Amino acid sequence: MALNPVTLAVIQNGLRQIASEMDLVHEKTSFSPVISEAFDRSNGIYHPVTGEVIAQGEMGLPIFVGVMQFTTQAVIERRKDLEPGDVILINDPYLGGTHLMDVKMVKPFYYKDKLWAYLSNTGHWPDTGGMVPGGFATKATEIQQEGLRIPPVKLYRRGELCTDIVDFVLSNIRVPEERIGDIKAQVGALTVGERRLTALLDRYGADVVEQAIAELKARSEQQMRAYIEGVPDGTYSFSSFIDSDGIVDVPLEIALDLTVRGSEVHFDFSRSSPPCKGPLNGVWASTQSAVYVAMKHIFPDVPINSGCFAPLDIAKPTGTFLVAEYPRPVAGCASEVAQRVMEAVFGAMGQAIPDRMFASPAGTSGNFTLGGYDPGEDRNYIMYFFSGGGYGGWWETDGLTNGCSTVGISKTQPVEILEQHYPLLFEEYALREGSSGAGRHRGGYGVNYRVRLLRGSAKASFLMDHGRDGPPGLIGGAPGAVNELRVQQKGVTTTPEHLSKGEGYELEPGDWVQVRTPGGGGYGLPSERDPARVRLDIKRGYITAEEAERWYPSTEAAD
Amino acid sequence: MNTSPNKWQAGIDVGGTFTDLLFVDEGAHRFRVVKVPSTPDDQSRGMLSGLRDSGIAVEDLSALVHGTTVGTNAILERKGARCGLITTAGFRDVLELGRRTRPFGYGMIGSFEALIPRELRLEVPERIDAKGNVVIPLDTDAVRAAMRRLLDLGAEALVISFIHSYANPAHEQTAREIAREIWPTAFVSVGADILREVREFERTSTAALNGYIQPIMSRYLGRLEKELKLARFRSQLLVMQGNGGTMTGTIASDYAVQTVMSGPAAGALAAGHIGKQSGHLNLIGCDMGGTSFDVTLIRNGEPALSAEKDIAYGVPIRIPMIDIHTIGAGGGSIARITKAGLLQVGPQSAGATPGPICYGRGGTEPTVTDANLVLGRLDLATLPGVNNAVALEQVKQRLVEAVGATLGLDAIETAAAIVAVASNHLASAIRLVSIEKGYDPRDFALFPFGGAGPLHAVALARELGMPTVLVPRFPGLTSALGCILGDLRHDFVRTIGVPLLDADPAAMDAAFAAQRVQGEKLIAEENVPVDGIVAIHEADLLYRGQSHVIRVTVEGAFDAAKVLKSLEARYKERFDIELTEMTAILSNLRTTVIGKRAAIDLAAFAPEPGGSLEAARKGSRKVYFDGVWLDTSLYVREALPVGATVPGPAIVTQLDTTVLIDPGSTATVDALGNLVIAVGGNHGA
Repeated sequence: MALNPVTLAVIQNGLRQIASEMDLVHEKTSFSPVISEAFDRSNGIYHPVTGEVIAQGEMGLPIFVGVMQFTTQAVIERRKDLEPGDVILINDPYLGGTHLMDVKMVKPFYYKDKLWAYLSNTGHWPDTGGMVPGGFATKATEIQQEGLRIPPVKLYRRGELCTDIVDFVLSNIRVPEERIGDIKAQVGALTVGERRLTALLDRYGADVVEQAIAELKARSEQQMRAYIEGVPDGTYSFSSFIDSDGIVDVPLEIALDLTVRGSEVHFDFSRSSPPCKGPLNGVWASTQSAVYVAMKHIFPDVPINSGCFAPLDIAKPTGTFLVAEYPRPVAGCASEVAQRVMEAVFGAMGQAIPDRMFASPAGTSGNFTLGGYDPGEDRNYIMYFFSGGGYGGWWETDGLTNGCSTVGISKTQPVEILEQHYPLLFEEYALREGSSGAGRHRGGYGVNYRVRLLRGSAKASFLMDHGRDGPPGLIGGAPGAVNELRVQQKGVTTTPEHLSKGEGYELEPGDWVQVRTPGGGGYGLPSERDPARVRLDIKRGYITAEEAERWYPSTEAAD
Repeated sequence: MNTSPNKWQAGIDVGGTFTDLLFVDEGAHRFRVVKVPSTPDDQSRGMLSGLRDSGIAVEDLSALVHGTTVGTNAILERKGARCGLITTAGFRDVLELGRRTRPFGYGMIGSFEALIPRELRLEVPERIDAKGNVVIPLDTDAVRAAMRRLLDLGAEALVISFIHSYANPAHEQTAREIAREIWPTAFVSVGADILREVREFERTSTAALNGYIQPIMSRYLGRLEKELKLARFRSQLLVMQGNGGTMTGTIASDYAVQTVMSGPAAGALAAGHIGKQSGHLNLIGCDMGGTSFDVTLIRNGEPALSAEKDIAYGVPIRIPMIDIHTIGAGGGSIARITKAGLLQVGPQSAGATPGPICYGRGGTEPTVTDANLVLGRLDLATLPGVNNAVALEQVKQRLVEAVGATLGLDAIETAAAIVAVASNHLASAIRLVSIEKGYDPRDFALFPFGGAGPLHAVALARELGMPTVLVPRFPGLTSALGCILGDLRHDFVRTIGVPLLDADPAAMDAAFAAQRVQGEKLIAEENVPVDGIVAIHEADLLYRGQSHVIRVTVEGAFDAAKVLKSLEARYKERFDIELTEMTAILSNLRTTVIGKRAAIDLAAFAPEPGGSLEAARKGSRKVYFDGVWLDTSLYVREALPVGATVPGPAIVTQLDTTVLIDPGSTATVDALGNLVIAVGGNHGA
């Protein structure tokens, strides 16, 4: 019997809301500012047999859209001994994971004594041990240096917390006292999901909900196929580049051949670079997830469930750095590598359907980690600072200035809050003039900040990208400016050997760090830009008259 | 007219379509209601014509409280004043950079313009650190030069906002003094004066919003006061604020940002009062009009407040406001089939023009109102705003063409599906609002208002498992009533940012006292008769490492241990988590100073004695409920006496709304004239 359309819409809404409520509880109660302020977490409901995603919160961090189902699948495969009340803890990158800091929990959900689904979530912990505070070790060459690797173990056994596991984990990470708060928050979110899902099943009946889930999956797939059918058939190739792996100074290439045939897309990354020595390896789960998120950015109204991924066929590029295996270091997989994979997808799709695409966004998380001791407050600290960059120009208008990374949806911390917590003084935090890629619709602008250490000593590390080439333009638009990083120590200013990556910078009072993030790529030929808009850009000081003459020579005449 | 002088209190709410005026003479237990078309180009015209239509002499008004959307509209339509900003060197772009967000979670697109364009944002050398120490002294010559430059560039309003001014406002105050010499108008907004709270973007944005609407509000209120004076108005003009309080027109000109979202706030405030007087302390207020659905949580008769709102993408406003969640769903919401073949209602709306198909103003897309009409829930003849009624058959045909055909449904089934999906969507919004605040909707009564609220209320309550629906006497005039009920109110915040147990109690008491004195001073200046002044002190707290603050009340002298106990209790109640091992941080101190205005007894709205259920019944018609057409009695609201019991299915009509009572539910008229509906057949979630 076909489902009543009202029931279908109501169940769709109900499942989505359960995931959103889980996200909400998780975010509000977490201690990790990366979760509560930067929303680096995700919650969802997964199929009891296949582990495929049934529903995931729209407020969750985008990169986890695909990852979570791979984690759940790894748990299904490895743990055949699950019982009601169990909660699995796992962060293994090679088992459907991302980097070690993304700690996942998977809970089997039983309805009327039958395993009905898995509830899973992930949250970014500020530290999981390893050679540098915060986990973004740019000089790591094996996973052991990056932190504690947790296989799927039982955190709860039949509803009882396994304190052995908690003690074991907390003994191996920095600032352990706040992590118990994060564990409580993460488990709390699963409990809320369990309660709400039970209520939904009580109300509509398991049969009807299961039927609806199958139907919704089919509808999502149908919707994604309808969009792909609008893309001309053909093979579109695009390469994006990571500056280097932080150890060996050569670019890493992500070479994508994207083939559209009818309502399906095939992604072939096999021409990409081999695994690298440093932490800029991708893991299979985050590489696949990056492709999913890129497609979701292109067709945002397709609801997230496994159906929308069905028409996307990603060939496993074994032997490339996009499928790293033990013990390759992977700290950069979920941020920088995933963003370059997405850039390749954007670039290839940009050739196929330029009329509904955007030029490349800055596409780096701009991670600046500072660990040190503040004698003024007598305390050790770890600061994470992520910055935004310009988005690409798009079919309708110019790109956004200072947007978040493509894998995230987080806010930056206010300068005033950072200065309250750490012995720092920001001398400027400004729009980076001249950083936008020229075009009919120019890119948005990056950020320019300079921060000085006031007291004590500290160690800085950087994991950024696009230091070698700027984010590419589309259909004739120019690339955005490259990421620039400068450090002044004892009056001497240097740029890291690896441009956008480096660690172990010892800072003393008076030393400073300056970061200038990329602007977005331009869309369309600069010569097609409305001269009035070029004049406005000059008036606002976004570009100088001299730059306008250089980048928009034909429009200058109109002035 | 035998009105005794200075007896009437007037509440006037200006909405998008209508201006509502409500007059109450409490001494004589009477009230008067006037509805006139709004005049968006100059809201005072509609208001003054409404005053004339009322038949009440302006000189007989003891109070006139105005809820205005002048400021809110200027922001939403980006038609504010030309503002200039003077800020700390290195921080000119704070308003433009925001906090690196994008408008939509997915899709790398969107656009944003800062309220103050870059060429009107100037920097001056100065710097204060996080502890309030001066790092770089203020360059006063640069301040003068910047002000002159902004005047040359045509700025009318000036905003001064420096980094860490919440910790030490000295530089901002010096700049303000200089502005007194140089700036030709009174339109000067200073960061920490508007909001003494940490977070440079949010504080500067709030101050910029104030500057952006200040000249517009000041001119508007100036004109209005002049007109009222000519009409021999002898009392004070009060203006509604977004926090549910009122203030005089003069202060509203300085703190214009406080008037933002004051209309919906007034509605929520009235809901709280009606709930209190009728014995329903916990309510969820739902204001449903043509295009939007506003949800507010009310506990113990007090609407929840929030200081974490964004008025638009990239435009935060951090003053405390009644916490209203708006979703794009109303009578005008359009039903359509998505690419995935699913029925979706909203967020697109047919608005007032072209409006629903049945209005006959050229609308062709099926809306919730059209669906209600097809199901017999609305009567085309009595709907306000209908020009040339479209034949029912034509509406049905469009419903099938646009929606039903794809789903294999006939016109009636299509209409039922649209109403059901819309209800479900609204119910989800209500649930998320209550859960976000940590409450279960089943512990609340539903309070529908606005033109379309009472039509959907019983279905919503049933969906959410809420036992009671409380329909006020005048659902369409709730905001106007809220204006009359609002007390004088001023809110203050000050960032502290130290571990709670390290806070010096004497210093905290002094900070509270300073806020209280500032509020009392404002109320004294306002020169409005009040029954007394009350100050409420609160603390914002969090655990070290967290980002979300929890607010607790501080009673008596500041006692850190007592405050900590309140935090722990609140946290446990909210999240069911205990965190006794964590360090509590005292983020902010807040004080609210309230000048109590004379309380209004809502019994004035009770129906005249002598009516009867039979006299109120005006025939019946067929209405579609859950798959069947039922003969449904029609009642006239005015004629229902106190104590009357109306069994469902029934429809109660009145000028400003239609109340639908489902089969199984029963409505009773209470002593204040409210309809209290016991929701039957609950299968709540």
